[in-house]
Amino acid sequence: MRIVEHPILKFQRGEKVTFFFDGQPVNGYTGETIAAALHAAGIRVLGHSPELHRPRGLFCAIGNCSSCLMVVNGEPNVRVCVEKVQPGMQVETQKGKGCLR
Amino acid sequence: MLIKTGIPTAEDLSKVYPSEERMLKGPVAIIECFQKIPCNPCTEACKQGAILPMKDINDVPEMDFDKCNGCGVCISRCPGLAIFIVDRSYSEKEAIVRIPYEFVPLPEVGQKVACLNRAGEEVGQFEVKKVVSGGKKNMTYTVWLAVPQELCMEVRNIRLGGVLHGE
Amino acid sequence: MPEMKQTEILVVGGGPAGLCAAAAAAQLGASVLILERDSKPGGQLVKQTHKFFGSKKQYAGDRGIHIGDFLLEQVETNPKVEVWPDTTCLGIYEDGVVTAEKDNKHIKIKPERVIVATGAAEKALMFPNNDLPGIYGAGAVQTLMNVAGVVPGKRVLMVGAGNIGLIVSYQLLQAGVEVAAVIEAAPKIGGYLVHASKIRRAGVPILTSHTVKEAYGDKTLEGAVIWQLDENWQPIPGTEQDIKVDVMCLAVGLSPLTELCWQAGCQMKYVAELSGHVPVRNEYLETTRPGLYVAGDVSGVEEASSAMVEGRLAGVSAALSLGYGKDTAPQLQAEALAELNELRSGPAGEKTMKGILKLMGKEGAAC
Repeated sequence: MRIVEHPILKFQRGEKVTFFFDGQPVNGYTGETIAAALHAAGIRVLGHSPELHRPRGLFCAIGNCSSCLMVVNGEPNVRVCVEKVQPGMQVETQKGKGCLR
Repeated sequence: MLIKTGIPTAEDLSKVYPSEERMLKGPVAIIECFQKIPCNPCTEACKQGAILPMKDINDVPEMDFDKCNGCGVCISRCPGLAIFIVDRSYSEKEAIVRIPYEFVPLPEVGQKVACLNRAGEEVGQFEVKKVVSGGKKNMTYTVWLAVPQELCMEVRNIRLGGVLHGE
Repeated sequence: MPEMKQTEILVVGGGPAGLCAAAAAAQLGASVLILERDSKPGGQLVKQTHKFFGSKKQYAGDRGIHIGDFLLEQVETNPKVEVWPDTTCLGIYEDGVVTAEKDNKHIKIKPERVIVATGAAEKALMFPNNDLPGIYGAGAVQTLMNVAGVVPGKRVLMVGAGNIGLIVSYQLLQAGVEVAAVIEAAPKIGGYLVHASKIRRAGVPILTSHTVKEAYGDKTLEGAVIWQLDENWQPIPGTEQDIKVDVMCLAVGLSPLTELCWQAGCQMKYVAELSGHVPVRNEYLETTRPGLYVAGDVSGVEEASSAMVEGRLAGVSAALSLGYGKDTAPQLQAEALAELNELRSGPAGEKTMKGILKLMGKEGAAC
């Protein structure tokens, strides 16, 4: 869910685009991070921990903690809290620690 | 205790209230700021010199109530939103309480809104008399409420309906 | 052969400290390059919708977001300052080379002076299920709400009643999100009481001497159990309360982000009052590695107002050491030091003063 009216801020959203989360279409706006767009769509589980497979999501949302790593357009270990949404982007939950080619 | 609850006690408040005599004369600013923190925009906001200049920026604000004309500029300048204007001369039964307000939706003039005390408890539904902007970039509004005289030292906030979320 | 970028002063971090350092140094004539990890400089200022405290010199009464815009404008209009956003500094080496990642490329910079202004990051709290999605640092919630305009959730439990916990709770209310309670392990509210009063009069309870026992939820956070602490900070069995929330915000303190300082070989010291390991530095903010300065939260967690003044002090000191502003710089340094003293002279600044004395006392304060 996005904030429509705010007492202090005016949100300048970019163009509305569609990207994909594990194959499912999700709406986002250019200029938003993938994590923010997923969050707005109600998607808070971004992956699972490598050993115990516990659900995992954001923590710091600023690129420090590596909690939000996902595979974006085939590239693993992308911090989706800093990576911006692009139309047609393929965002997938990462299995394990990611395979660096 | 204020430091445990965030709510000033009657004793805390008695330190910042003007005399009843002054309150019945006309609008006056009440600065509910009790802690020594480095902050002094209120002293610069007051053009009447009623908020006395601080020797040390950590001092608690002090008022000369006779110099205060209740203009209300200080309300939207205090970073802590701790200043209120109370006008007990409004009418026999009612006083005007002016509060800083930074929420949406804004109330409408003439609307009756739930008025809250310092603990966020509703003490009644009273009428909004004015809604004044703090200035183009300021975005702190001042809401004027007509409340029963006996509640003029209690009402410090209002509650309206919810904010719109979408998509 | 990859090109080596030359600059006089390299500022790592484009938050309030970094921007003020760059502006101050450039004003004296030095050429400055700012590396900023985010796509928009401003640091934590970009999320601060509330009005700042302090005095006029630190922009008191202005909202953090506007101060951020103003500081950025100051450097963007100064031809002596270059800003590289989306650039992450990777290391500071013995030979003086600084490496960074920019546009997926590895680049090298040879600065004559470096000012590290990398700020601080949220601490975590230990309790069962603290890894559930929905449990965020307070800064993360601010980023979602105030930068992305995304609603963090429906109902929040705020852990920590310091300034960050109190301010973010207020911001949540402004975004139309319910705050179930603010809990604080200490017996009293740590943040400014005016911030506490604002949320109390909106009906948000503040529970001192309370902490989280555990969080629970199937895939995401569904609730938390809190309990009371006694005078010895021990939990009291039987005082458990269940609170249904879908977001928990941890505002339990910040730790300085000092990785670059460690790696650069600065002497470090653990000072609890400054919130963690900080570089040993002299009065003018130069660390034990000559030519490397620090400013802002990385030198000790404090406030934006002090970060701005420290930035100015480090910028002037670095520029002066290169020969700039010989006649004006000493006066500017003295003014900055006086401002810092003023900000720290009240009860709110006691802890920081104690921390700084500890930091400088034993090693022998220079100057």
